[in-house]
Amino acid sequence: MTSSRLPRGGRVERSKSVRFTFDGKAYSGHPGDTLASALLASGITLFGRSFKYHRPRGVFAAGSDEPNALVTVLSGDVREPNVRATELEIHDGLVTQSQNRFPSLDHDFMAINQLAGPLFSAGFYYKTFMGPAIGPLRGTRFWMFCEKFIRRAAGLGKAGTAPDPDRYERMNAWCDVLVVGSGPAGLIAAEAAAGTGARVIIAEERPLPGGSLLASAETIDGRDPSVWAREKAAALAAMPNVRFLTRTSVWGYYDGNVLTAIEHVSDFKPNRTKGQPRQRHWIIRTGKTILATGAFERPMVFPGNDCPGVMLADAVRRFALEYGVAAGSNVTLFTNNDSAYEAARALSLAGVNIVAIVDVRADVSGACRDIATAANAELLTGHAVTGTHAGKTLSSITVQHFNAETCRVSGAPREIRTDCLGVSGGWSPAIHLASQAGGKPEWDEDLQAFLPPEPNQNWVVTGAAAGYMDTISVLSDAATKGSAKSRLILPPVEAPMLDASPAPVFQIEPSAKSQKAFVDFQHDVTADDVRLAYREGFHSVEHLKRYTTLGMATDQGKTSNVPGLAIMADARGISIPEAGTTRFRPPFTPVSFGALAGERYGDLRPHRLTPMHDWHLANGAKMYEAGLWHRPMIYGSHGETVEQAYVREARAVRQSVGIVDVSTLGKIDIQGPDAAELLDRVYTNMFSTLPVGKARYGLMLREDGLAFDDGTTWRLGETQFLMTTTTANAGPVMQHLEYYLDCIWPELRVHLTSVTDVWAGTAVAGPKARALLEACVTGTKVDNDTLPFMGIVHSKIEGVPVMVCRLSFSGELAYEVYCGSGYGTRVWEALLTAGKPFDVMPYGLEALGTLRIEKGHVTGAEIDGRASAHDLHLDWMLSKKKPFIGSAMLGREGLKDENRLSLVGLVSLDNQAITGGSHIVTDARPREPADSFGHVTAACYSPALGKYIALALVKHGTSMIGNRAFATDLLRGRHCPVEIVSHHMYDPEGSRMHG
Amino acid sequence: MIIKCPYCGPRDVIEFTYQGDATRKRPEPLSNDPDVWNAYVYDRSNPSGLHREFWLHSGGCRQHLVVTRDMTTHAISSVAFARDIASGGQA
Ligand SMILES: [Zn+2]
Repeated sequence: MTSSRLPRGGRVERSKSVRFTFDGKAYSGHPGDTLASALLASGITLFGRSFKYHRPRGVFAAGSDEPNALVTVLSGDVREPNVRATELEIHDGLVTQSQNRFPSLDHDFMAINQLAGPLFSAGFYYKTFMGPAIGPLRGTRFWMFCEKFIRRAAGLGKAGTAPDPDRYERMNAWCDVLVVGSGPAGLIAAEAAAGTGARVIIAEERPLPGGSLLASAETIDGRDPSVWAREKAAALAAMPNVRFLTRTSVWGYYDGNVLTAIEHVSDFKPNRTKGQPRQRHWIIRTGKTILATGAFERPMVFPGNDCPGVMLADAVRRFALEYGVAAGSNVTLFTNNDSAYEAARALSLAGVNIVAIVDVRADVSGACRDIATAANAELLTGHAVTGTHAGKTLSSITVQHFNAETCRVSGAPREIRTDCLGVSGGWSPAIHLASQAGGKPEWDEDLQAFLPPEPNQNWVVTGAAAGYMDTISVLSDAATKGSAKSRLILPPVEAPMLDASPAPVFQIEPSAKSQKAFVDFQHDVTADDVRLAYREGFHSVEHLKRYTTLGMATDQGKTSNVPGLAIMADARGISIPEAGTTRFRPPFTPVSFGALAGERYGDLRPHRLTPMHDWHLANGAKMYEAGLWHRPMIYGSHGETVEQAYVREARAVRQSVGIVDVSTLGKIDIQGPDAAELLDRVYTNMFSTLPVGKARYGLMLREDGLAFDDGTTWRLGETQFLMTTTTANAGPVMQHLEYYLDCIWPELRVHLTSVTDVWAGTAVAGPKARALLEACVTGTKVDNDTLPFMGIVHSKIEGVPVMVCRLSFSGELAYEVYCGSGYGTRVWEALLTAGKPFDVMPYGLEALGTLRIEKGHVTGAEIDGRASAHDLHLDWMLSKKKPFIGSAMLGREGLKDENRLSLVGLVSLDNQAITGGSHIVTDARPREPADSFGHVTAACYSPALGKYIALALVKHGTSMIGNRAFATDLLRGRHCPVEIVSHHMYDPEGSRMHG
Repeated sequence: MIIKCPYCGPRDVIEFTYQGDATRKRPEPLSNDPDVWNAYVYDRSNPSGLHREFWLHSGGCRQHLVVTRDMTTHAISSVAFARDIASGGQA
């Protein structure tokens, strides 16, 4: 066993044990353990296989920066991949699995990829999968051919397919001050802010407050810093103006000081309380943000730096001090700065055996030497690690002389037996959130790291995140940043005099033939890949990132960012700040879709039901969703197909009378002295000349001259109109009118009210429509003189006030009857009763569509945002007497082009259906028809004509009438011979509706 | 982003509908100059810095607002009713 539980230390509850499994094998740990610490305590150092090369990998970090030790958590059929073992708290019954190995972690076939190393170097995909220019695998087809093999070989965990059974919550919160992080800086800043009475939220990503203090060998106020932190946090949490959230990772920083966070509410618990969410998604609006996010230790890039047993020096310390786990029995440290000595001191005090400290610097301070001596560790200054020897875990390292000035390796290699190497390449402030907020990070020569940018919103950065690397200066900085008025008395700190400024050494390159040296562990990007990117011309950091995928894995390059930039800067012969850095993007740590969705999953749309909805359902209607509306498609009887039903309904309308629910039409009440003037401007035709008590069909264009919407508008009074719109455009037309009144024509005295839901509408259509109305309308006659075409009367049906307008969409004698929506069903039923002698039949959308296709009336399928009035044969509606929206653009070239598609009718010549969306071609070959010159917009069987017909938009439409063509539908395998006819396929003179 | 509607108060951006560039001026309705209309309908500037745009408070008072916003920081410096500005007022 290499790693093991120390006899004492750590904050795990040693008296209790927790049982879990990893790759099917049972293990136990203690409450307070993460999966990483519990497995290390059990002697497990191999955690997974790497992304491309399937190299054995162990734990590298101890927190959210972990690149290697990703596992899949299984729960029944549900699997959550890529969970960091260093953050996963164990509980009884936890089932976990390693990733990217086949068939098992110990015996992995794909490790052969290591031998194919050069094949998988940077840019491999781009170079290889462009494919040959000719042949069966030309272009991207080669990629499509190879994809499934490569996808199996490379990758992270596999996503599950079972539905997520957990509950998630979403919470909005606001505060005066949001403190991110509860290390020494976060605690003091929060205390200073809360002391002024400000409402404070503190968010800590880990289960316990304290941050770096949880693994510190210093003392604060004469005590163990973790005890000091716990007491301070408890005191803060008890304040009425403070909310303390633990296990809450702030992952996004957005405009307006809005931050997002994920709180792990119960996913670490074996048994969740009923109704308790697994995670809670917080959206926090804050007056001021204090970013006390600490710093991440950086690795060094050296040959063989990725084998299990090599980890960050800070991680070795944290496993020992927080969890009482020795990551190795003979630990070595490799560093370019003093912080590894503090780790050595802490480890030694915790009972971990330190073999040697390898330091690239030629000389170190007396404090460092004292620590090495006290820890009984050999101090090798002016040395570097130039290789590792490992099977499934580290067995020894090779060290050589190293000159930090020239970065040259020299001398004979010496081997040191060690099973754990702690590496420190300096510290990078965790500037991710500040970078997301939008600023440009600033390079600090002293720390060899990027510091947070100048704030562009009300935020400050404090502590290690701001570049303060010793506890005393962290505390005083935090007190000031927490509140300018702070009078906090800061506690005394006892710590050795160490300096965190590193020597500017990022990579050790002994020779061209040495082992692979990794920069980005999670994406398997090596130092050679970065230099290859340079040689191939990908110099900018943005190109480097995309070409090599450096920093694009789930850890977002927390450990790899600066080393990668340093190597590129070195290759280019420029400084790191000259090379620049990429901007960090949310999320800081991965966020589950479930948490983002919260309770908002499944069908979230509102369902709009007409007043007659229940009647439709009770009478056999098969409903159809038209946008948000539910509308009857057909009223079917048993054994009847949809086609049989709509043909029966449409035939009834043509032969006798039918009624249809048209309540979904958009309705806008337009009132004011300038109402008629507004309509003249928005419609292509004239409305100011419309007499009171009459309706007119109107067409609207967009400003670019293309058709927008059509409908009838009724003049109810001198200054009052009721506009109807198509169902789909009710909202857009309202918005269109509001825009012009607010922004362009504020001088027009007009008010608009949407009354779509106020009126229930029923269309009564058919030769017997008038007879039906005569049987139920009271208070007025409905004969041709009283109610002529486009006339309006106000009357009653069964005592219910109604407005009746004589207009026709079906081409039959027809009326629309509007009543208050509360009376919709009553009037609907009254119309049915009155129509009984005429065998009145309710009809649905399919029959409505059939009737309008027969007549060649356009709807949204033809007014598709690309058609002009001319294309739709509506140019007769374009007034020459006045300007209107779209009139100025009508004359432009594109709208005059004779190759434009225009509306025609089609008749099937093989007596079978024309399918909607078919393309119009002349080529008789069904397999590879030549160029399309139009498409079908709507199709049906026409009972009136006894044929399958369609409407289509066709190039040179009108002049094509009389020609034959094919309506071809490759998807449905239909190649239908058709004749092109006029779009007025039935009763072109309109004698029926005027009768 | 929060927009301070002069009628409804500060509200989240999800209540609003973006309605485009507020710096354009619609040509005289009777103008037939194709270049002028083409510029009005299609040309948009994309300034780095302050920009004026229309937002409809579609989930609130349903009035169009003229919002002056910094395109680089999304900081809003002024909000006014579009009607007032179209009638000759200042933003
Ligand atoms: Zn408002």
